[in-house]
Amino acid sequence: MSLPARVVTLVLAFLAVAAVAAFVVIHYFLGSPPTVDYSAGVTADTGATVHVVMQEDPQNTVSTHPDWVSYFIQNPQTHAWIHTTLFKVPAGSKIDMTIYGYDGCTPLRNPVFGEVTGTVGGVEYVDGKPVKELNSWSGCNVGHTFSIPGINLNVPMATPSNPNANLCSTSPCTSGPHKTVTFSFMTPRTTGEYFWQCRVPCGGGFLDGFGGPMQTIGFMTGNMEVVS
Amino acid sequence: MTASVAEDAQGAGHTGPNHGLRIFLIWLPIAVAADLLLYFVYGPHMPPGQMSNSAASQQFDIKVMSVLAAPVMAAVLVAAIYSLIVWRHREGDDEDGPAIFGNTRIQATWITVTAVIVLFLAGFGTYELAWPGFAGAGAGEGPAPIWKPDGTPLQVQVIAQQWRFTYRYPQFGGFETTQLVLPINEPIQFNVTSLDVIHSFWAYQLGVKADANPGVNNVAYTTARQTGSVTVRCAELCGLWHGAMFDYGKVVSVAAFKSWANKTEVQLAAITKMLPPYSTTYDPTVVPQMSKAMVKAGLTGGNGYYYPPNDPVQP
Repeated sequence: MSLPARVVTLVLAFLAVAAVAAFVVIHYFLGSPPTVDYSAGVTADTGATVHVVMQEDPQNTVSTHPDWVSYFIQNPQTHAWIHTTLFKVPAGSKIDMTIYGYDGCTPLRNPVFGEVTGTVGGVEYVDGKPVKELNSWSGCNVGHTFSIPGINLNVPMATPSNPNANLCSTSPCTSGPHKTVTFSFMTPRTTGEYFWQCRVPCGGGFLDGFGGPMQTIGFMTGNMEVVS
Repeated sequence: MTASVAEDAQGAGHTGPNHGLRIFLIWLPIAVAADLLLYFVYGPHMPPGQMSNSAASQQFDIKVMSVLAAPVMAAVLVAAIYSLIVWRHREGDDEDGPAIFGNTRIQATWITVTAVIVLFLAGFGTYELAWPGFAGAGAGEGPAPIWKPDGTPLQVQVIAQQWRFTYRYPQFGGFETTQLVLPINEPIQFNVTSLDVIHSFWAYQLGVKADANPGVNNVAYTTARQTGSVTVRCAELCGLWHGAMFDYGKVVSVAAFKSWANKTEVQLAAITKMLPPYSTTYDPTVVPQMSKAMVKAGLTGGNGYYYPPNDPVQP
């Protein structure tokens, strides 16, 4: 092989490797779902009320993993549902949370997380009815949880009355059987990122349900960013 | 090679300075000073502190190892620096150094000293591991510990799950909570297990670090000697939020602990009824209520799994 041909081959090989490395870094390490901003126009540390709206679906047909269960967050300005689990809230504020539960039931692996903790009054409201705990082992009544360990928040998500039947099949869900879960909690005064997760092993197709959506931001876990 | 060259190499008839003695005299005060500083000045601040008997035992072990290691390190550094200064290359000196064929005295000394140090450490380590009171050095001893403390220890089941520890107190009605509260001066038996993947329960200030494996009861003992806060971390890479799997426990007086435990037992009574019967391991998939719940949910998993064995990632 001539010298110019060898040089060209070497350069091409280098560029190919660099391109693969750049793809991996950008796609896997820097890639992230969008963050829905609920802090705009709200002054932190004043106890102001912010209304956050989410939904949990039995699938995510707007992603490359259509069979993965998923949360969606509503944009407060446009009310469009965003495929993300990242949201931003002001510090020292009261969050009024509404979560529409469209998914069916799966028993908690640890029923202790059927207890509502960290909310105002220690309760959640399922279709307006106050609830302090849900026993996922005695009834088919828990689909997921919304849990932020950093502030000891744990709220089991109630399932539709007719569980696992005629569930919404296109995400984000706008119709179909569901429960409306509401609760309030105070954001900490310490700014930072507080991860949240679902505690129901809902990663069907993965060992004991702990893989896939359970381990992927944008599906069943994410971050609540508390800003000043 | 002639006999005279060999004798030169051994230093026979050499009238120069006694380098070995010089190095020894430089090394000796450095080693003594380093050991005194390590043991008496830095030693009391070495991790993990003295909050429990196991932590204090670990700190003592680290102090002993440091005291042994410091003179060895000092000897290496002194010899190296001395060589760089005394036997450095000088301008105009292009001669080869003498051929060296070993030094019996140095070799015997080196082998003897290192053998004594290594054998001492082996004996010391075995003693520290096996001696009642510090057995296991704060690590889990498995489901059948070879040593148990006197009296009836407080049972605390540590249940690790992605990504939080919960604690169950079987002697107080079996309530389960995310708070770790412990009494001072009472033996504690941690029954460490996991209900999903492999974790590790690391109560830093208590000097306890026990693997949390699914289906295994890993027993670790300790006795807290001081009140205060305890940092609990997962020490086994366990998934996306492993780095955020930590909390803070506390050691309180016996009276305060009993008051807290009795109060929490009452507060959590409704939740405790939802829990499976207490067991030293925590495998909910073998609990009958769980099986019924899975049937209600339409989950067709078999052999204790949530999902069917033919699921793609199911073993």
